[in-house]
Amino acid sequence: MSKLLIKGGTVVFPDRVERADLLSQDGKIIKIAKEISDKEAETLDAQGLTVFPGLIDMHVHLREPGFEYKEDIASGSAAAVAGGFTQVCCMPNTSPVCDNAAIVGYIAARGKEVGLCKIRPIGSITVGEKGESLSEMGKMKEAGAVAVSDDGKPVSDARIMRLAMEYASDFGLVCLSHCEDKSLAEGGAVNEGYNSTLAGLKGIPRAAEEIMLAREIILAETLKKRVHICHVSTKGGVQLLKEAKARGVAVTAETCPHYFTLTDDAIVTFDARTKVNPPLREAEDVEAIKAGLADGTLDCIVTDHAPHHEQEKNVEYNLAAFGISGLETSFALSYTALVRGGVLTLTQLADKMSAAPARILGLDGGEIGVGRTADFALADLEEKYTIDSKKFRSKGKNTPFDGREVFGKIKYTVVDGKIKYKADER
Amino acid sequence: MLGKDMLGLYGTAAEDIVNILDTASGMKKLLTQNLKKLPHLQGRTVTTLFYENSTRTRCSFELAAKYLGAGTVNVSASSSSVQKGETLIDTGRTLDAMKNDVIVIRHPMGGAPALLAKNVRASVINGGDGMNEHPTQALLDFYTMREKFGSFKGLKVAILGDIAHSRVAKSNLFGLTKLGAEVTMYAPATMIPQGIDRLGAKIAPSREEALRGANVVMGLRIQLERMQGGLFPSLSEYNKFYGVSEEHLRLADKNAIVMHPGPVNRGVELTDEVIDGENSKINEQVLNGVAVRMALLFLLCKNRQGGSENE
Repeated sequence: MSKLLIKGGTVVFPDRVERADLLSQDGKIIKIAKEISDKEAETLDAQGLTVFPGLIDMHVHLREPGFEYKEDIASGSAAAVAGGFTQVCCMPNTSPVCDNAAIVGYIAARGKEVGLCKIRPIGSITVGEKGESLSEMGKMKEAGAVAVSDDGKPVSDARIMRLAMEYASDFGLVCLSHCEDKSLAEGGAVNEGYNSTLAGLKGIPRAAEEIMLAREIILAETLKKRVHICHVSTKGGVQLLKEAKARGVAVTAETCPHYFTLTDDAIVTFDARTKVNPPLREAEDVEAIKAGLADGTLDCIVTDHAPHHEQEKNVEYNLAAFGISGLETSFALSYTALVRGGVLTLTQLADKMSAAPARILGLDGGEIGVGRTADFALADLEEKYTIDSKKFRSKGKNTPFDGREVFGKIKYTVVDGKIKYKADER
Repeated sequence: MLGKDMLGLYGTAAEDIVNILDTASGMKKLLTQNLKKLPHLQGRTVTTLFYENSTRTRCSFELAAKYLGAGTVNVSASSSSVQKGETLIDTGRTLDAMKNDVIVIRHPMGGAPALLAKNVRASVINGGDGMNEHPTQALLDFYTMREKFGSFKGLKVAILGDIAHSRVAKSNLFGLTKLGAEVTMYAPATMIPQGIDRLGAKIAPSREEALRGANVVMGLRIQLERMQGGLFPSLSEYNKFYGVSEEHLRLADKNAIVMHPGPVNRGVELTDEVIDGENSKINEQVLNGVAVRMALLFLLCKNRQGGSENE
């Protein structure tokens, strides 16, 4: 019987932010009150800290099995808890691809063995992410898969995607769609526009993303099935989603911190740490993404944490791998840009980074309340610090945010009532 | 002031461009007097590192270095070795360890010279990188224009051809707008890159409008692979609707000159009559290329501290 008392913090509830003490026992919140004292409980002094529900990232790449030189479940879990995340959902583009129950089971078991945060595997939509035949979604679900996705490799064949949405629904799984029309995007490295012309790098037009996004909306609408859109980056994409939601289509969507904090102005120095897919867009897209978060068109914030080895980034821009290591910067970037920037309230931020992903995938956690899971992220919102990738727990130091000043330092991460991360440990 | 490297004209000031052109004038005089063994770069080493095929650019750089007394080394890397094998940074560091003073790099990917320059002590000259820049080609174009017209103020330059894939068009645009010229472009819509107007180019509504009153008519090479990529249907269709014939040339200013970075596809972007006509400066461009590259090598080496090990 273990008890944890979080004392003196300001708590972000689903509907309000207020001073409260939180007592948990055996991984569940058992009491919430202005003042709690419990001599048996371990006490965490949360004076001056803000207590969020444990953050949930429904889109990360942990690279294990197969690419452990980039990241593994241990280093990825360490990065996650350092970023305030208590649950992360890992994409199936491993080697071999996570397209069967055995690999789903392996990843889940490794996650438990590491024992830092909860690792939720995502199975692939198609065998080998080849876009041809459906993976064994039912068996993967039994083994612990929380969703299906061919992330990184769009399902180009509309019929296969249609079948996937239908079949996945039998098991309560939602398809997470990486929207990219390959015929338009092929060979591109950056957003197509002024900066791609200036730098002489092949562009990826917004249409590559929006055409497939429109397809997913149409499929979901006509089939009356759910679909979730990954990493929305364009103004047009936000517009399509807004219209679809207004018609009642069962579509949800995510975006990432880099799409509301950076524009493609960052690419002109050929620094490949800015190379990400979808690519960084322009100022009007950034504004539209923020507006989409504010009005609910965009349901949640994910990192698309994509760790890479230094040698995969310190090369010619065209040759560099796509992706940003995001777990350890997501909260501060989001809090600084969105809450301090006047786009979201604290409760809205908690919803985007915790409750919404939990709702979309049917995970426990996401909200602070009696009887709920005792997963928390405690942050000092007044602490200003400079992002330094050398301090990352992740093996992937690939971030375009090195040197950026942000607010909101994660101080503690609590998973199932146990402290799994304490800042300044090293 | 020129820095360590010459990566492109986007980041080069107008006065530096003029300085290079002025220096090139002196070099051309020496060249035309057949004084082709000068001592300026004695004891220096210039390496050409080419990841793409090239005859004229490489030859031009090599001769420019030799005429100034530098030692030269040519390294050819097939583009496949870019994908596997040694990384660009490692290759650069190897060349650096051998005390090269200047590395001239041509590479199929934009930004490769910038990456190299960041990682070596040698001066890096961009000999053409992907769709980004080809500064020495543009400099020799400017030299050729100035030789004819004396000034760039109000000069009307029409550039016709595959703008989207042309590093020559880009470097010309960046430099010419700084020097006070007006750049008008015309191409099939599939070959006009987004945002080029915001970079200072005027996009003409027709071939005729592009050419009307132009002082300089510059054709760009159309690569066959663009046709295979579907950017235009056939060479003959291209020539008919986008090529420049003598008849079209009459729309330009009567003293207009014709330029082309080469190699020319005869009868595609320009007709034979235009290429070989009396307005054509295409061969003069080649000679000017050597002079301009001599000037650039000279100026960059002059900037280098401490000189080479052999001095």
